[in-house]
Amino acid sequence: MQAAFAALSSIVSWFAGIVDPMCGPIGIFRIFAQDTLLSCGDTGWGDEIAYGFMITASLAICTLPIGLFLGFFIALAKQSQEKSLRLATNIYTTIFRGLPELLTLFIVYYGLQIVVQRVMATLGYEGPVEINAFIAGMVALGVVFSAYCSEVLLSAFKAIPHGQYEAGDALGLHRGKTMRLIILPQLVRIALPGLGNLWMALLKDTALVSVIGLPDILRQTGVAARVTKNAFEFFSIACLLFLILAMVSSLVFSALERWTKRAEAVR
Amino acid sequence: MSHIQTMLPALPPPPEALKRYTLSRLVGRALLGVWLAASVGIFLFVVESWSPEKFTKYGPSFISGLGVTLTLVGISIVLGGILSLPLAFGRMTRIKWISWIAYAYVYFFRGTPLITQLFLVYYGLGSFRPYLEAAGLWSLFKDAWFCALFTFTLNTAAYQAEILRGAIQSVPRGQHEGAAALGLPKSVAFFKIILPQAMIVALRPYGNEIILMIKGSAIVAIVTVFDLMGETRRAFSRTYDFQMYLWAAVLYLVMVEMLRNLWAWIEMRLTRHLKR
Repeated sequence: MQAAFAALSSIVSWFAGIVDPMCGPIGIFRIFAQDTLLSCGDTGWGDEIAYGFMITASLAICTLPIGLFLGFFIALAKQSQEKSLRLATNIYTTIFRGLPELLTLFIVYYGLQIVVQRVMATLGYEGPVEINAFIAGMVALGVVFSAYCSEVLLSAFKAIPHGQYEAGDALGLHRGKTMRLIILPQLVRIALPGLGNLWMALLKDTALVSVIGLPDILRQTGVAARVTKNAFEFFSIACLLFLILAMVSSLVFSALERWTKRAEAVR
Repeated sequence: MSHIQTMLPALPPPPEALKRYTLSRLVGRALLGVWLAASVGIFLFVVESWSPEKFTKYGPSFISGLGVTLTLVGISIVLGGILSLPLAFGRMTRIKWISWIAYAYVYFFRGTPLITQLFLVYYGLGSFRPYLEAAGLWSLFKDAWFCALFTFTLNTAAYQAEILRGAIQSVPRGQHEGAAALGLPKSVAFFKIILPQAMIVALRPYGNEIILMIKGSAIVAIVTVFDLMGETRRAFSRTYDFQMYLWAAVLYLVMVEMLRNLWAWIEMRLTRHLKR
């Protein structure tokens, strides 16, 4: 079993090495930046920056499902009949939309450490506790994303006429089935532009995790800038990489929008 | 014809419908409980590590940090607003190359993180030191506060240009035609007819932009400007007391909520004539 996993992971990493857009055999840095500061390997910064790019992208991609999941249930709770549920979720969104993302990140990073340390101390463990920066970033960004996401989804829910729910009842569908088969497809269609904006904001917010020491694009280029003293070039590269991420995701989102609208009548 | 002589005695009210104890109520109560527990925990934590010396020592610096944040955001919003005018018109013009430049500018500043732009200006412009010195601008650009102001102005100009463009283009065509039919010159039509309607549409996005700038301004702490976040970080690094971050959180929340309510009030006031 273990051997199978090892083989699988080596295959995956081999494949990733092949299609790596920066330092793979057909990577940008490999081809165009052979003997410059950006070359791959020990002499250049290409592979470090490529690693940072991967960290940034994977942080954003890992945060997205958490934020969407939480945001969906918060949006549901916000339109509940129950006052206490609405109050609790409104407190949540007010706090996390009002705080600067950087502050949220610090509070999560240091606060979680304190909380975990206290819990461990009551359990009889008295050692230093360190929270993984990736996890802290994921939690902080996910929480912020879910707060914004719930607002987008809430307004999308409000745009769906009540007759749709009644139609589900009339067809004898179960509550969950109504949600899944009737409401959700329309919800996605309405909420997608708003979610696209949130995704862009999330991508940009991932740059903040460099402050708590995660080697993302900004941190790697910052290190390179400090060592080589070519700050302008390296930070321009950081900007360029973020622009590339933004362009790719806007392409993906416009494709998604087309895909969700495929059933709509042509006007 | 007979009619009733006596009034019927008042009946007792019907029994109140039994409220079912639903799952959502259970979850709601549980979540409120979690919030309550969290606030009590934070309160106990603050009380436990409270000390008057810290408060007298770091309280004033928090206030001065708040001042730095507000001046930074205020100046950059105003300057960005001025800069956004040519950008917005550049985006709307029919001349291809001007609209392309404006589009590229807006795309760059909206597509990259503010913190990267700040680093590009603060650390990156150091590479051009000889030129900047020759132009007499170096004394400005070696100051972190000025770099932050510069970056924020450029950044918010891009966002505000998009807000302005969207608002102006949201005014229906008939308004332009109506003004032309009345024989008004283009400039009068723009300032007296188009802009007032556009501004009402733009009001809410402008409010959001100010809030975003207040929140975004926290990153200047990383380039050694002592705004609210910077003072917080300094206080934390000296005391290792986590409550410093909590105080900063409270201050930011109060700031943002006040602005949000103020904006809701302004909007209500300015859109009275649209209410039915």
